[in-house]
Amino acid sequence: MSKKDDEPIPPSKKDLLDIASLSVEEIEYLLKSAGPFKELFKRSIKKVPALRGKSVLNLFYEPSTRTSSSFEVAAKRMSADVTNLSVSQSSVVKGESVLDTVDTLQAMKTDYIVIRHKAAGIPNLLANHTRASILNAGDGFHAHPTQALLDAFTFREVIPESRGKRIVIVGDILHSRVARSTSTIFNKLGVEVAVLGPGPLIPPGRNDFIKRLSSWEDVFDWKPDAVYLLRVQMERQDEQFFPSLTEYHKVYGLTSERFKTLASEGTYLMHPGPVNRGVEIVDEAMLYEKSLINQQVENGIAVRMAALYWLKPGTEEK
Amino acid sequence: MSTSENILTEELLSGPDIATTVRRLAYEILETCRDDKPAFVGIYTRGVTLAKRVAAVLKEDGHDFEIGTIDISLYRDDLDNLGATMPKLESSGVPFALEGTRVILFDEVIFTGRTIRAALDGLMDYGRPSKIELAVLADRGHRELPIQPDYVGTKIETTRDQYVKVRFEEDDDQEGVFLITKNSETDS
Repeated sequence: MSKKDDEPIPPSKKDLLDIASLSVEEIEYLLKSAGPFKELFKRSIKKVPALRGKSVLNLFYEPSTRTSSSFEVAAKRMSADVTNLSVSQSSVVKGESVLDTVDTLQAMKTDYIVIRHKAAGIPNLLANHTRASILNAGDGFHAHPTQALLDAFTFREVIPESRGKRIVIVGDILHSRVARSTSTIFNKLGVEVAVLGPGPLIPPGRNDFIKRLSSWEDVFDWKPDAVYLLRVQMERQDEQFFPSLTEYHKVYGLTSERFKTLASEGTYLMHPGPVNRGVEIVDEAMLYEKSLINQQVENGIAVRMAALYWLKPGTEEK
Repeated sequence: MSTSENILTEELLSGPDIATTVRRLAYEILETCRDDKPAFVGIYTRGVTLAKRVAAVLKEDGHDFEIGTIDISLYRDDLDNLGATMPKLESSGVPFALEGTRVILFDEVIFTGRTIRAALDGLMDYGRPSKIELAVLADRGHRELPIQPDYVGTKIETTRDQYVKVRFEEDDDQEGVFLITKNSETDS
């Protein structure tokens, strides 16, 4: 078997922890590989045997339906064996530390661990502690790399020549690992990034490449190619960063009126899900023909398959 | 102890030789098409080129064949042993219904048969063809699986550690079939 080596393929990594540590070549490779995986979804048999006999553990210390099921479907379509472990069912509630849990799972010869944890840095800690490949499915406010990859893949699907194009991220930027990873990937790919959100929720000073907008009028003036709405994280609202959800909707939400402007401009609409209707987004926008929200879900499976394909677990310990 | 390695490259088929061989392969296939017209499926990269070239020859005579493509990377049995770099993926595309269709699979060289095994598995995940046949430009022997081609451009005598390289203009900016021999001489 001989293959034409026109573009160098970046050597496999052991872990996928964040976007910041990926090179542009690695990102391009992952996005490019996701295409062939998405093609498989058109077949009657959507499975390939690439990870036959390998095991994937979904370790979720925070609730998640979308991301955990997306990883589960991705792993199963690669023919891996999948074990789901969510926090309430495990001995974590009995006070077992993350590393102890992983030691136990290591004894089961897990090859890939998908982890979500409320504390930033836990995936990095695990990565140094186990031979299994670690896929970060969201850690605290730090990173959510597969979300960023699926966002970039989805954006590129509708705007193939994406360099120099523009995206605005609207919402709680400070508490959002999605905003962090997604703005980083778009910046690396040469897409201009701006943000709009409640003052206290925009991190001061950092990320100089990000343009700060102060109102929806600014957003429309900037003429973005896509508007990316973040989910208002109800579970984090005990800290009271804005007065009320109604107030949030009025000032930062995609209201009926703003939606009309958005639609008349033909701007694409993105959202990582799940959506809070009536808060960050008005009901009728869910049916918008340039909404990429469902495409993001489907593409999530493809990019996660590409990540599983590319990552290589460490060698077996004696 | 030092090891010196010299690589010998021998041209087995020139550009015009390839054209003749492809033409013969095409007509051999055409003879079987009177009652049951097949669809072509090429294996990435050069199997696709071979399928297109055979189809182009037959098109000159007014015969149209559909062409699909298949990338076998995800079906390889050696993904674990490939070292640090994974194979590049291409989009497979089978733009016709495989159910009940006779398919001729194309690859440039058949060697161990493992690529073909992977392609058969991949193809059957698209549907259930009535029959699958195999056409290759070159058969270099040393099968490791019970898989044999139905249409062979040329047979090449090789030793196990030699390498047969097919180069097509479309893929490589070069045309020819070459036999590569690595002579490792060990002197102490």
